Amino acid sequence: MDLTFTPAEDAFRAESRAWLEANVPHGLRSGDTRDGFAAHLEWERALHEARFAVVSWPDEYGGRGATPMEWLIFEEEYYRAGGPQRVTQNGIFLLAPTVFEFGTKEQQDRILPRMAAAEDLWCQGWSEPNAGSDLAAIQSKAVRDEASGGWRLSGQKTWTTRGAFCTHLFGLFRSDPEAERHRGLTYFLVPLDAPGVTVRGFGRLDGDEGFAEVFLDDVFVPDADVLGAVHEGWGVAMVTTSSERGLTLRSPGRFTATAARLIDLWRERADPDEARLRDAVTRASIDAEAYRWQTFLTVTRMTAGEQLGPESSLTKVFWSDLDVRMHETALELLGVDAERDDTGWMKGYQFALSGPIYAGTNEIQRNLIAERVLGLPRR
Amino acid sequence: MRFAFTEEQLAFRDAVRDLLARECPPSVVRDAWTNSSGRTDKVWSRLAEMGVLGAALELRDIDVVLVLEETGYAAVPEPVVEHAVVATPLLADPGSARAGEITVVTAFEGQGPVVYADSADTVVMGSEAGVVVLEDFDVAPIATSVDGSRRLGEVTGSGARVADADAFHRAFDRGALGTAAQLIGLTRRMLDMTVAYVIERQQFGAPVGSFQAVKHHLADARIALEFARPLVYRAAWSMSEGESESPVHVSMAKASAGDAALLTAGKALQCHGAIGYSFEYDLHLFMKRAWALAATWGDAAWHRARVGRAIL
Ligand SMILES: Cc1cc2nc3c(=O)[nH]c(=O)nc-3n(C[C@H](O)[C@H](O)[C@H](O)COP(=O)(O)OP(=O)(O)OC[C@H]3O[C@@H](n4cnc5c(N)ncnc54)[C@H](O)[C@@H]3O)c2cc1C
Repeated sequence: MDLTFTPAEDAFRAESRAWLEANVPHGLRSGDTRDGFAAHLEWERALHEARFAVVSWPDEYGGRGATPMEWLIFEEEYYRAGGPQRVTQNGIFLLAPTVFEFGTKEQQDRILPRMAAAEDLWCQGWSEPNAGSDLAAIQSKAVRDEASGGWRLSGQKTWTTRGAFCTHLFGLFRSDPEAERHRGLTYFLVPLDAPGVTVRGFGRLDGDEGFAEVFLDDVFVPDADVLGAVHEGWGVAMVTTSSERGLTLRSPGRFTATAARLIDLWRERADPDEARLRDAVTRASIDAEAYRWQTFLTVTRMTAGEQLGPESSLTKVFWSDLDVRMHETALELLGVDAERDDTGWMKGYQFALSGPIYAGTNEIQRNLIAERVLGLPRR
Repeated sequence: MRFAFTEEQLAFRDAVRDLLARECPPSVVRDAWTNSSGRTDKVWSRLAEMGVLGAALELRDIDVVLVLEETGYAAVPEPVVEHAVVATPLLADPGSARAGEITVVTAFEGQGPVVYADSADTVVMGSEAGVVVLEDFDVAPIATSVDGSRRLGEVTGSGARVADADAFHRAFDRGALGTAAQLIGLTRRMLDMTVAYVIERQQFGAPVGSFQAVKHHLADARIALEFARPLVYRAAWSMSEGESESPVHVSMAKASAGDAALLTAGKALQCHGAIGYSFEYDLHLFMKRAWALAATWGDAAWHRARVGRAIL
């Protein structure tokens, strides 16, 4: 065991910190609004030019081959410097690991560099009006078009984050209507400007128009845009969803940074003798540290070649509950000012409340923990 | 950064785990509740043979933290943390303590009542005034512990001052860290017992572990364990390296481990139903140890307050 960072890790941290401190933009509008999204893209492209957009990817795709530990360090520095939520994250953190694992070389070469450069912007098309937690209930269809060497997609996706601002969608479609639920699904990559696609943006809880419905009406997709094997999309998608729950989307940097802001707020606002809030702030900081150290433990295991599986469900419940608790504590500290929208905390609270819902609700994650981690019987 | 134990550390843990599985099953813990000392017949000497009682003399906290976790898993009814981790490094001549020929317990400010004082040969007292070793002392039994093996007493006596306030603080942190490690072991034990039980127990024609309400209780316990454990290991590393922030790290560990154990005790009992509420059934041995250890060497509120003073 050696819990000190190596000289290389320290150097990487120093380089990242210096660049981020000099370049991170402040006061951008929410990336879930149209003009906010445009401003975020400028920032994402600046990140890419400095080769900080995808630090863990190989050099040839715009990365720097950073180790998982260095990636975590970068994330800590990113959020420490006040960097905004990445609007490209669904592509970079969810689709990309799947493309690295299942994509052909041609797909990797075509998709990854444009994704890193924020030229192609990817959104995630799993959910449908009648397929939320029960993802295997999806009804959107893929019908074979042998003559044209591809597939014709029809159906509706919904709650698609930033779907109205993105250029591409990845998602699951039912390619074999005869097969059992989890079988007969195929993972497709779909350009949103293809004929037959209609995208309708709609508001989220906080009023930002960051959701979209995507309607597909006989949309042609060539074989080259199938990711993984035909009818075996479920297994491919599981790689994407475990990235979402696990480390890649929710690196600890975000939570340690929120905990630090909570401490600042406590210093500004609190009556130092008020024991309950004092305890709540301390508890949040300890939990953020726990998340950080649990992550280092996990990354060490990954680096040693261990495959991580259902543990990502533990992580997902922990970070999402922690995020809600931290924001609740902040609103209590703000007292009569809690309702104001200029502190950032109410906005953050509304976003935090989505954590226990998306990426598989926490109820579903608890089922998975019980069955896959603890080995309890299924019903 | 590499957050993993060495082969040697894991091998030491495995050896102690095997020993305790053999020598300290629940029946032995249960016997300790009713015998004269609250302790076992031979676990103490076996632990001495394995080098556990003298571990703090040669090894670092990071080398023994996993072993202490195992003593928690088995709910060993012996003053392992007090003797092996806190007291022996403070003795001028620790030879007979290392060999398990004598038992040394601790009367530390902040620890709470002195455990196993009436079977102790030496008492090490610690306070802001420094550390004092007592060979000659009186023990007044006080209230009994919720954990029937933990004999509680109050110690009076005088002796020679052997170390200063700094040493007291470091030793106190060892006590808190060692107890946190035991709490992690207890949490694992209660969770293991409960998982095994809910798979076996049938109601409505199905294992109760297939019901979602039961699953969610146990998932929450598993999450608490998952995130407390790294804080304990990190604190052990921090103590080993003499990091200036190690007291804060220890407090984070003790608070989280105590919370995880208390949560798991509650979930374990609920998922067992009335059998878990039966004195004849073993679960309570572990729950009660968890309640006792969560309170001793600073409870979660005390440790969070210490973290708060450092970070707020
Ligand atoms: C902010 C946000 C962003 C999102 N972004 C995307 C996106 O980009 N792409 C995308 O495809 N989807 C996205 N989603 C949708 C998300 O994946 C779904 O909301 C989620 O899978 C839950 O489905 P549902 O909303 O239909 O809830 P339902 O499945 O209808 O669940 C309703 C309630 O019932 C509970 N429940 C359901 N089944 C069970 C069960 N078996 N056991 C116990 N409880 C159960 C749930 O936990 C929940 O409490 C997003 C959602 C949010 C909130």
